[in-house]
Amino acid sequence: MKFLAYLVSGISLGSIYAIIALGYTMVYGIAKMLNFAHGDVIMIGGYVSYLAAKNLGVSPLVSVLIAMAVCTVLGITIEALAYRPLRSAPSLAVLITAIGVSYFLQNSALLIWGANPKAYTPVISGTLQLFDGQLSVSYISILTVACCIVIMVGLTLFTGKTKMGKAMRACSEDKGAAQLMGINVNRTISLTFAIGSALAAIAGALLCSFSPALMPTTGSMPGIKAFTAAVFGGIGSIPGAFLGGILLGVIEALARAYISTQLSNSIVFAVLIIVLLVRPAGLLGKYTQEKV
Amino acid sequence: MMLKAENLNVYYGPIHAVKGVGFEVNEGEIVTLIGANGAGKSTTLKTISGLMRSRGGSIEFMDKSIASTAPHKIVELGIAHVPEGRRVFTRMTVEENLDMGAFTAKAANLEADKERVFEQFPRLKERRKQIAGTLSGGEQQMLAMGRALMSTPKLLMLDEPSMGLAPILVEQVFDIISALHKAGTTILLVEQNAEMALSIADRAYVMETGRITLSGTGKELAASEEVQKAYLGG
Repeated sequence: MKFLAYLVSGISLGSIYAIIALGYTMVYGIAKMLNFAHGDVIMIGGYVSYLAAKNLGVSPLVSVLIAMAVCTVLGITIEALAYRPLRSAPSLAVLITAIGVSYFLQNSALLIWGANPKAYTPVISGTLQLFDGQLSVSYISILTVACCIVIMVGLTLFTGKTKMGKAMRACSEDKGAAQLMGINVNRTISLTFAIGSALAAIAGALLCSFSPALMPTTGSMPGIKAFTAAVFGGIGSIPGAFLGGILLGVIEALARAYISTQLSNSIVFAVLIIVLLVRPAGLLGKYTQEKV
Repeated sequence: MMLKAENLNVYYGPIHAVKGVGFEVNEGEIVTLIGANGAGKSTTLKTISGLMRSRGGSIEFMDKSIASTAPHKIVELGIAHVPEGRRVFTRMTVEENLDMGAFTAKAANLEADKERVFEQFPRLKERRKQIAGTLSGGEQQMLAMGRALMSTPKLLMLDEPSMGLAPILVEQVFDIISALHKAGTTILLVEQNAEMALSIADRAYVMETGRITLSGTGKELAASEEVQKAYLGG
């Protein structure tokens, strides 16, 4: 029964990674860049949701909606100001810029809200007792997994069925050809950032509901782990991000429970290295075929 | 006049690829740009569709300057460009590729447009659910052309449609181009296969190392000694 409890906690932690990883992977798939500031957008989402609940007295759901709106605008702004001017620059320049944006957001948060942790009130509390109380599953775990599945299915339908979603896939494969179809590539990339950042806000609220101490560095480690999850599953692939996130969460939870709390992060990254040695494109990633 | 380009100068970094090129296309014509590999033909087409920019010079389409118009707006104005190497979306199905071609078209006409393209390219209808990357080279060329026609363009620009195709498929592609022309589409054709291109063209321009060196009707150029020597193996 203990194993089941660890597994449940791993799946719910993994669902948060998966939601963050979906943002990473979509931006990578379309803009072909690693947005290392993604984790910090999560942190901003957490703060906005916290402040909305505290100062405006709105319900948790409304506070998350406000955070989503703010993060969407933030994501679009970051893309337009920091990344768009570098569209034809070497990818290293874009990467360094993304790291710069990450520090900018963290330090802005430090300046505005200070270094002291804020106590985030979970969006939902209470637990569900199963098997005569032998297994307790918190409602936040259930909500997290449900959110993750809804988001994953929603994104799959969006990219598979809608005109804008298909345009995203077209841009992801060949931006020049997409332009020749009449697709506005800049607007498509903006939309990708908007979706990724809105997801980051949801992830921020869920993350802070699990570990309520909200700090300017709150988003960094989950951001890096979710990036790992996206690479693990195959960067650019939506089901890959989902699978990678869940697996990463489960590995982390089991490693923490059975091997060592201190070593759990090392074990997570060791598994990543081994998987990439065997499958360099990640679990569900495909090599892009060069055609002449 | 449908399209008029004047004094185009296009650079790849320090390389001056297109040097003062000017030409025109009248409504209802097939005009071809022929010339050797690297002469600047593809760059010229890319400049018309906005993927590359000319330093100075002018491009007018239906009496409107498009020299600084965004590529996606140029598609809306009625220019469709089938790029060199086809560049179909290989991870999407045939039908999804056609949907992308209709990105600027009215959603209400989507099915009718698709049926029209399927009539021109029956093979695409058979393969509509197939992933485009698994099509043969000839089928991908049909798809690239069908995709461009989904926007019901006034001017269709084709870049090396015969490249890498077996001779029988080359004939088929040129038959289709002639049929599109008869149906009223204006065509600007870039080709290395000068013989085929001149045989269907109303007018032609010869490009050499970034410059237009000769121009005339298709028949005139096909008969010209210089062209015979350089491009027709005569």
